[in-house]
Amino acid sequence: MRLGRITGILVAVAAAGAAAFAVLAWHPAIAPVAAPPPASPDVIRAGETLAALGYCASCHTAEGGRPYAGGRPIKTSFGTIYATNITPDARTGLGGWSLDAFTRAMRQGIDREGRHLYPAFPYTHYTGLTDGDVAALYAFVMSRMPVEARTPENDLPFPFSVRALMAGWNLLFFREGRFTADPNRDAIWNRGAYLAEALSHCGACHSPRNALGAEVTARAYSGGEADDWWSPALDAGSTAAPPWTEASLTRYLAGWDPEHGGAGGPMAPVVAAHGRVPRAEIAALARYVAGLAPPGQAGRAPVDRPVRVEDASLARGATIYAGACAVCHDSGGWAAGGVPYTAPSLGHRTTITGPDPRNLIHVLREGIAPASHARGPYMPAYGEMLSADQVTDLAAYLRARFSPDGPWPDLRETVHRLMPDAPVGRAGPSTTASAKEPPR
Amino acid sequence: MTGSIALSVNGRRHMVEAAPETPLLYVLRDDLGLNGAKFGCGLGQCGACTVVVDGRAVLSCLLPVAALEGRAITTVEGLGTPERPGLLQQAFIAENAAQCGYCIAGMVMRAHALLDRNPDPTEAEIRAAMAGNLCRCGTHRRILAAIRRAASSRKGDRAGTPPPATGAGQGQGQGQGHGAAGATAGRVRS
Repeated sequence: MRLGRITGILVAVAAAGAAAFAVLAWHPAIAPVAAPPPASPDVIRAGETLAALGYCASCHTAEGGRPYAGGRPIKTSFGTIYATNITPDARTGLGGWSLDAFTRAMRQGIDREGRHLYPAFPYTHYTGLTDGDVAALYAFVMSRMPVEARTPENDLPFPFSVRALMAGWNLLFFREGRFTADPNRDAIWNRGAYLAEALSHCGACHSPRNALGAEVTARAYSGGEADDWWSPALDAGSTAAPPWTEASLTRYLAGWDPEHGGAGGPMAPVVAAHGRVPRAEIAALARYVAGLAPPGQAGRAPVDRPVRVEDASLARGATIYAGACAVCHDSGGWAAGGVPYTAPSLGHRTTITGPDPRNLIHVLREGIAPASHARGPYMPAYGEMLSADQVTDLAAYLRARFSPDGPWPDLRETVHRLMPDAPVGRAGPSTTASAKEPPR
Repeated sequence: MTGSIALSVNGRRHMVEAAPETPLLYVLRDDLGLNGAKFGCGLGQCGACTVVVDGRAVLSCLLPVAALEGRAITTVEGLGTPERPGLLQQAFIAENAAQCGYCIAGMVMRAHALLDRNPDPTEAEIRAAMAGNLCRCGTHRRILAAIRRAASSRKGDRAGTPPPATGAGQGQGQGQGHGAAGATAGRVRS
């Protein structure tokens, strides 16, 4: 029968495909070792600096948990992945991992037992690391105190729960290979490029991702997202006002810049980790990142303009700003003697000048907490104080006053989505608001 | 421009004449004579001005009155009187939690909101909830003890041993002498 023959061919093709895929997806386990070889303190120290630049702890540490013991949920658009325990615990961590096993995980995304890791772990970047740096990172993590902490099971629906399918994803989107320097650039730029691309994986958040979660390299650094925060563009699409410079980026990445302020959201632990990093490494990162925007770009100046008070929502927002925000944010900025950790005006903040309102809503809702036992920055949280409609009015006012671009189109829906537990309150003042025009 | 704004404070309705952006704290203290909530920093950093709005602890120095129409405001005066202190006020008095007393009304109100939402908080939950309220005298341990005491007496947990008072001189009258935990104004709900 003809139909039978076609079916037979199809079955044969499918079987051959499955066999080829199995070969592609299968990786052998690497035999466990009793103990890692001893490493010199200098190598361990170098690994500590590299781990800070890769801010490994920010994913591999649960809220309130022991450093590197894993368990932090990483929300992706496919489901929740739990960061693993990378302390050298024999049962629940990297105990028994040889340098070869660690290297394969870092460069190919395959764990010691031969299973595929998900690219939420950015092996797509770490593949660029040098042998020496992988060995130093290995020496550092293996010298941590072992912590017994079982990593929770991932919460991924089928088919994403099938790790072997990552072989196909790798075929489509992953190119293994070491970082290669650009001989036309200086040594500092190349150092920064190596750090940014291979270790600090900046593109993991600052580049857009496609439907299958792979970074769109053609639009690298044009902005992305992390943990439902918007990650600003680092390229020509940056809305920063004034534009970033190598010097201001160095200050920002080291902690605080008078013009642009400090890091918030998922970027805060990145900058916090830089406290252990030599300034020269941060300056190299800054040189590379500053070079992502075309040189001589005119850039934008901070805006502070009058707001139309005939608009009822903007008038309500102006009232809230005057009562809740102005006491700090109209103080002229820390550098000029104003309230500590404030910028000269909110026109300097990408939370307000950016195309996406989510970061502003997160900051208004949660405030900015000081690191434990550290002095500020500290902004009080308004998530318990203002209703979602009041936050909408305030955000609309901030946007109108401090950004040259138009209103955020989906502001109200986004506020309500991000503040489901906000107090209900009334829509806003029913009295005539005395919306003040900002100082010119 | 001032306007007339209706506020509900401690179960009573007030019409106040105020510019809409006026912080609630100023209206409470200057217009309504409710001096329990204190001006500490005016920047939302210390918690001395904490009151409760619709069951949630808020910083009254950073909340414009116009944002509060139709919402139920509770101040420390709403929890009890010097003669009949409320449960948390009794616990603060019993533990001698006030030294200078300036932060205490804010502490009591933050704790009140916590216990309303979570009647049986763990030590970690109490500390997390209270983290934003500062005390310059350093009576944090007594403040925490007072909150634990109030939580266990709210439970009516007579069988369990209530946490012991942490200091000498736990006479109730003496605690009241520190002032802030007691009511200071006449407009109170018993």
